Amino acid sequence: MIFNAPFISVMILVIFGLYAMVFRRNLIKVVIGLDIVESAVNLFMVSLGYVKNGIAPIYTNSPGGAMVLPTPQALTLTSIVIGVATSAMLLSFCILIYRYYGTLDTRKVRRLRE
Amino acid sequence: MSVWDFIITNAPALAIAVPLLGAFLTPLIYRAGRKTALIWVLSVLSFTEFLALLLVYLVNTYGIQVYVFGGNPSTLVIPPDSRGIPIRIIFTVDGMSAFTALISSTIGLVAGIYSVASEKGRGAQDKFFALLLLLVVGMMGMALTGDIFNFFVFLEINSLSAAALVSYRIHGGKAVEAAFKYAVVSSIGALMILFAIAILYGEYDALNMAMIAERMYQTGFSTMDIIAMALIVVTLAMKCGAVPMHYWVPDGYGEAPGEISAMIMVASQASLYGLFRMCFTVFGLSANTHSLGWFLIILGLLSMFIGVTMAFLQHDIKRLMAYHSVSQTGYMLLGVGVGLATLGTSAFNQYGLFAMEGGIFHILNNMLYKGLLFLTAGAIIYRVGTSDLNKMGGLAHSMKFTAIFYLIGALAIAGIPPFNGFVSKLMIYESVYQLNPFLAVVAAIVSMLTLASFLKVFHSAFMGPKLYNVKEVPKSMLIAMGILSFFIVLFGIFPNIAMTYLVAPAAHALADPVGYITRVLGGGP
Repeated sequence: MIFNAPFISVMILVIFGLYAMVFRRNLIKVVIGLDIVESAVNLFMVSLGYVKNGIAPIYTNSPGGAMVLPTPQALTLTSIVIGVATSAMLLSFCILIYRYYGTLDTRKVRRLRE
Repeated sequence: MSVWDFIITNAPALAIAVPLLGAFLTPLIYRAGRKTALIWVLSVLSFTEFLALLLVYLVNTYGIQVYVFGGNPSTLVIPPDSRGIPIRIIFTVDGMSAFTALISSTIGLVAGIYSVASEKGRGAQDKFFALLLLLVVGMMGMALTGDIFNFFVFLEINSLSAAALVSYRIHGGKAVEAAFKYAVVSSIGALMILFAIAILYGEYDALNMAMIAERMYQTGFSTMDIIAMALIVVTLAMKCGAVPMHYWVPDGYGEAPGEISAMIMVASQASLYGLFRMCFTVFGLSANTHSLGWFLIILGLLSMFIGVTMAFLQHDIKRLMAYHSVSQTGYMLLGVGVGLATLGTSAFNQYGLFAMEGGIFHILNNMLYKGLLFLTAGAIIYRVGTSDLNKMGGLAHSMKFTAIFYLIGALAIAGIPPFNGFVSKLMIYESVYQLNPFLAVVAAIVSMLTLASFLKVFHSAFMGPKLYNVKEVPKSMLIAMGILSFFIVLFGIFPNIAMTYLVAPAAHALADPVGYITRVLGGGP
């Protein structure tokens, strides 16, 4: 049962992240929610490649034995880099919105609807 | 090896590498002056366009092109020591990929020409042109790649650069608000696709689309596959702006500069390409294509009808056009959905393939006339300074060419005979009628409503007494609109040119997942 713990925490994190994105009213908290979902997906990919008692997949001076899968780790690294870019852009949008609207409250950031 | 051989061998890689390197060199070259940078950007875009044309030629002459990054030679898909798994990143270019790459690079080139004048005098233009090239990279990459994770990366490049471009004219914060919405929606969608990719990887131990499709076919369609398919299909349908996930479209298209609206519209067609690629190639062999096809048909009907009725309520010219692009996406979903619903049955050869050709032809036509309409809207806003239809009027007195171009685009989108929209709409009506007459009736009604809506815009923007003492827009904007108008008329009078070289190969490539898999893996199911 303990073996499924990573996958259960992935689901919990996704739900937390989506909750924050939908119900929080501060735009920065929306960005934080997005980051939580992203961490959940990264955790999912890393735990997919986990092998019990595995070591890091580096062949040079390897002591032998099972290794964890390298591909999901490569995917996760790429995803982290993309995530940093996304967060940076979203937060700079937040700065601009605050500069022009004077607030980050989603109920007041609604000039498009007028 | 001569330069020409080098270009032919590496065309799929160069089609990504040229605009990518071009994008990052643009801010550097901009320091030598705006003129030098513009020549640089336009030559990069022209070369990309040439490479896309070359890809179309290669695919039509020699069949599906496979390019393996780091492979020696670059066609070696499965190295001898890899236990039968294609371990490298592989670009697979079939008719549909080449078609999407061509429309992406074309709109990039046209937008580049247009923005020479339309963005003159604004700040941070080096970043603007760098992002424009990156958006082209994202669209081309999504079209050419045969690797599912690579697809995600290009989708993110596409979304990030598009969101940054939407916010380019801050417009009192409104554009930033639209960009924030667009970026959040795209990012959460991309994360869901990544989740689905992780599921597929965990199940099939492969990231290559052909490999996943083959292994899925061998082991059968499992519950996890259904979850992955639902995540991918719903997300890509949202990215291409289908109702009921269309809420970001009017904001994003409405607030972007005119040429960027045209580009984002094509970027969402690249997502549509991704949707079709996943439905046909990856899931087509194993999933129930009949119900998947009907899912697309229903999304298409909803998009067509709700898009056009919402457009009637708008008084902002860009938002109105944005709702019409939701409606036009519906036609493509309807056409290709009918093809997917009949895939593998005898009905497919009777009318399914024809419906798919109609849907795919409509993608090309939509790029031309919707792009043209967004460019004319940009031209109006450039001169008048407002996007509110109620404040416009009498522009045909002074902006004659823009008025003519607008009329060409409006008649084409409404499906009036000498223009290209008529051809693809007729193909869709004729074929979907045979699946269910109701589908053709809705499509025809939507077409009439579209005409009414665009005549209303023509009346309120161009007709009436002269309200503004404005000049015609600068030459580069007219050239960009002229290029699109030329192809609208050309494909309206000679649709066979587009049908033979672009549309038919694309439809046949989509309808043949086994050929795709066999070409990549060498064996196949």
